[in-house]
Amino acid sequence: MVTTLQQPVTPRRSELAVIDCDIHPALRSPKALHPYLSQRWRDHRDTIGDRGFGGSYYPRANPNAARTDAWPPNGLPPGSDLDFTRYQLLDAWDLDFGVLQPLLGAGALRNHEYAAALSRAINDWQIAEWLDPEPRLRSGLVVPYEAPELAVEEIERLGDHPGFVQVMLGIRTSEPIGRRKYWPMFEAAVAHDLPIGMHFGSQGGTPITGAGWPSMYLEDHAGMSTAFQAQVISLIYEGVFERFPRLKIVLIEGGFAWVPPLAWRLDAAWRKLGAEVPDVKRPPSEYFAEHIWLTTQPMEEPQRPEQFVQILEHAPWLQDRLMFSTDYPHWDFDAPNEALPKIKLPAGFPAKLMAENARQLYRLPARLGDSTSRATQSAS
Amino acid sequence: MYLGQPVIDCDIHNAVPSVEALFPYLSEHWREYIRTSAFKGPVDTAYPPRAATTVAPGVTAPEGKPPGSSLELIQQDVLDPWDVEVGILNCAYAVDSLHNPDTAAAMSSAVNDWLVAEWLAREPRLRASMIVPTRVPEMAAREIDRIGDHPGFVQVLLPVRSEAPYGNRRYLPIFEAAARRDLVVSLQFGGTPGNPPTGSGWPSYYIEEYVGMAQIFQTQVLNMIVEGVFDRFADLRVALIEGGWTWLPSLMWRIDKDWKGLRREVPWNTRVPSAYIRERIRFSLQPMDEPPDPAHLLQVIAQLGSDDLLMFSTDYPHRHFPYTAPQQAIPSGLSETVRRKILSENARAFYKL
Repeated sequence: MVTTLQQPVTPRRSELAVIDCDIHPALRSPKALHPYLSQRWRDHRDTIGDRGFGGSYYPRANPNAARTDAWPPNGLPPGSDLDFTRYQLLDAWDLDFGVLQPLLGAGALRNHEYAAALSRAINDWQIAEWLDPEPRLRSGLVVPYEAPELAVEEIERLGDHPGFVQVMLGIRTSEPIGRRKYWPMFEAAVAHDLPIGMHFGSQGGTPITGAGWPSMYLEDHAGMSTAFQAQVISLIYEGVFERFPRLKIVLIEGGFAWVPPLAWRLDAAWRKLGAEVPDVKRPPSEYFAEHIWLTTQPMEEPQRPEQFVQILEHAPWLQDRLMFSTDYPHWDFDAPNEALPKIKLPAGFPAKLMAENARQLYRLPARLGDSTSRATQSAS
Repeated sequence: MYLGQPVIDCDIHNAVPSVEALFPYLSEHWREYIRTSAFKGPVDTAYPPRAATTVAPGVTAPEGKPPGSSLELIQQDVLDPWDVEVGILNCAYAVDSLHNPDTAAAMSSAVNDWLVAEWLAREPRLRASMIVPTRVPEMAAREIDRIGDHPGFVQVLLPVRSEAPYGNRRYLPIFEAAARRDLVVSLQFGGTPGNPPTGSGWPSYYIEEYVGMAQIFQTQVLNMIVEGVFDRFADLRVALIEGGWTWLPSLMWRIDKDWKGLRREVPWNTRVPSAYIRERIRFSLQPMDEPPDPAHLLQVIAQLGSDDLLMFSTDYPHRHFPYTAPQQAIPSGLSETVRRKILSENARAFYKL
C-alpha cells in the first residue's frame, strides 16, 4: 500500500475565490460501474471489455498519470476516493466548486450500444457517488458522441440534472467536430442550455496528428494543442455557430497561447477564401471570441513573464474566457496559488480567471455556506 | 527595387507545365507508360487551381499553362521588380501522391533534371529545391546523392503532410543523405500522403486544410526535435516554407514546459527544445497571418527570441499581400538591422549563399 505523509488540512484561502474546472474522478476498481450496468453490459465489460481505437498508447509520465502524492493512504487509485479528493483538493485549496471530467473512455468506444450503456452508467455513478454526496462538485455529462443520436438520448435523459454543467467529449473525434454528423448533439445541448466541453485526449481512429503517428508521450502531450486548434477551425468554418448561435464550447486542457495566432490566421484565410464557406458570415475571430471558453492548465509559461500579458492583448476576449483548472490528480497539476505569473495583470482579470468566468458560464451560485459571498467581494 | 534593397526570395513556386514537358528527362519506358495510360502526372495538389489563394491578382499566367511555368514570366514578375539577388524555386510536383515507388522516383529525377536544364542553367539568380520520392526514404536518399552536389540545389523539398512525422526513424536515410551533401531540408505547405490532415479526420472544406496546415508544421517541428534528429545530425538545417510563424512562440513555450516534466523520455535532447529551433530552423516570411494591430506583429517577432529566424519570401504566385503594395510583404516598424536580416542576410547565412 502506498502511504503518503500529508500536510495538515488548513484551508489555503487565497485572496481570490477558486473554481477548478478540471478534476478527474477515477473508478475504485474495474467493477465499480457494475451496479449501474445491466447484466448484459456487465457481462460484456467482463468478457469483451472496452474496445476503442487501438494503437495509440503512449506510457504516461507516472502510473495513472497521477501526482505521486495523489494515491490515497487506503491504497485506492488516485482520484477514486471522494474523501481524499476533499482532503487534498476541495478542502486543501478551499475551492468554491469543482467540475469533474471522468476520463473513462466511454465516448469513443466502437460498439455504440455499449458506449451508450457505459455513458449512462458513468453518469449515474457520478450522481450517486460524487454529486449527491458533495455539493461543491459539478460534472460533465458523458455521452457516446460518435453516435450522436444516442448522445442526444443521454442529454435528454440527464441534461436537466443540476449536477451536470456541460456535455463532455474528447478532443480527438472520428471526424472534425464541426461536421454535420455531430449537429444533433449540439442541438440537444443548446436545448438544455449545456456547453459542450472537449477534453485533452481520446482518439477517433485516425493517426493522432495531421502527419501520422508520433513516437513519444511528450509529443502526444505537447502536441495536443494542435488537436484543439484543428477542432476550432472546424467549428468555425463549418458554420456551427451560425447554425447554433447559443452554442458554447469549452476547451479543456489544451492551452491558450495559440489562440491569437490562430484567430489571425482564421481571419486572414477567410478574407481570401471565404466564398467557399458562405455560412461563415462574420470574421472568424468574432465567433472565436463569443463561443469558445478555455481552461488554463497546463498554464502557459512564456519565456518572459510579461509576454503572458501580450497574449491577453492580442486576444482581449480571453480575459472573459479563461477558466482556472488544476487537472487533479494528474502529474501536471497546477496549484491555485502558483498558476498565475507573478507579474502585474489587468485589473479584475485574476478574479475572473480563478472563478468568476466559470461561475458565470456554468451558472454556479455564490460560494456555498458563506454568509457573505466572496464572489461579490472579488467583483467589487 | 520594391523594398529599397535587393532581396533573397526563399519561396518562388515554379510549375511543370505538363507531363510531356518532362519527356526529355524520362526514359522510353516511362514515356510509353505515360502515353499508353493517359497518366497526366501527379496532379493532386494542395493548391486548387482557381482558389483565391493560389494565384495572386497581378500574376501573369502563360497562355493555357499553370502560373509559374514560364521562366520569362517569373523573371518579369518576380526577379526583376523585386530585385531578387537569389530566388529559390520550390516546384510542388506531387510525387508523394504516387504509390508506385518507381514512378515516384522516375518523376522526381525528371523534375530535378528539368529544373537544372530549363531553369538553373538559364538564370543565374535562381537556386532550387530538389524533389524526392518521400514514401521510400532509401530511394529519396539515392536521388539526393545523384544530384545533390549540383550547385543549383540548396535544399531537399519534403511536403509537410506525410505518412509519419519526419523525425520518425524510417526517414533517417533522407537526413543522412542531406547531411552528406550539406543540403537544407525544407518542409513545405501541402502534401498528399493519403492520411487525414488533422488528428480528427478529414475536414469538409479547403479553407480548413489551408488554415490547418500550420498545425501540421507544428507537429513536425515538435517531432523532429523530440525524436532527436537535430542531435543526431549536428549540422542539420531545416527550413519551414509557407507554414507561417506567428504560432511559433506559443509552440516553443508549450514544448519547453512539457520537456521539463518529460525529458527523461528523450535523453538525447540535451537542451530546451526552443534552443534547437532558434539554432537550426528558419521560416519563410509569407504568410504572415498578421494581426490587425501592426504593433502586435512586432511583439510576436520579439517573442521569437531571435532576429535570425525569418527569411523573406514572395511565395509567388500565391496570394498573401497585394502585389500592388509590395511594401506590405514585410512587417512595418522593423529596425533597419532586422529588416535587412529578414530581406537577405538570414537566408544568405542559412543557405550559405
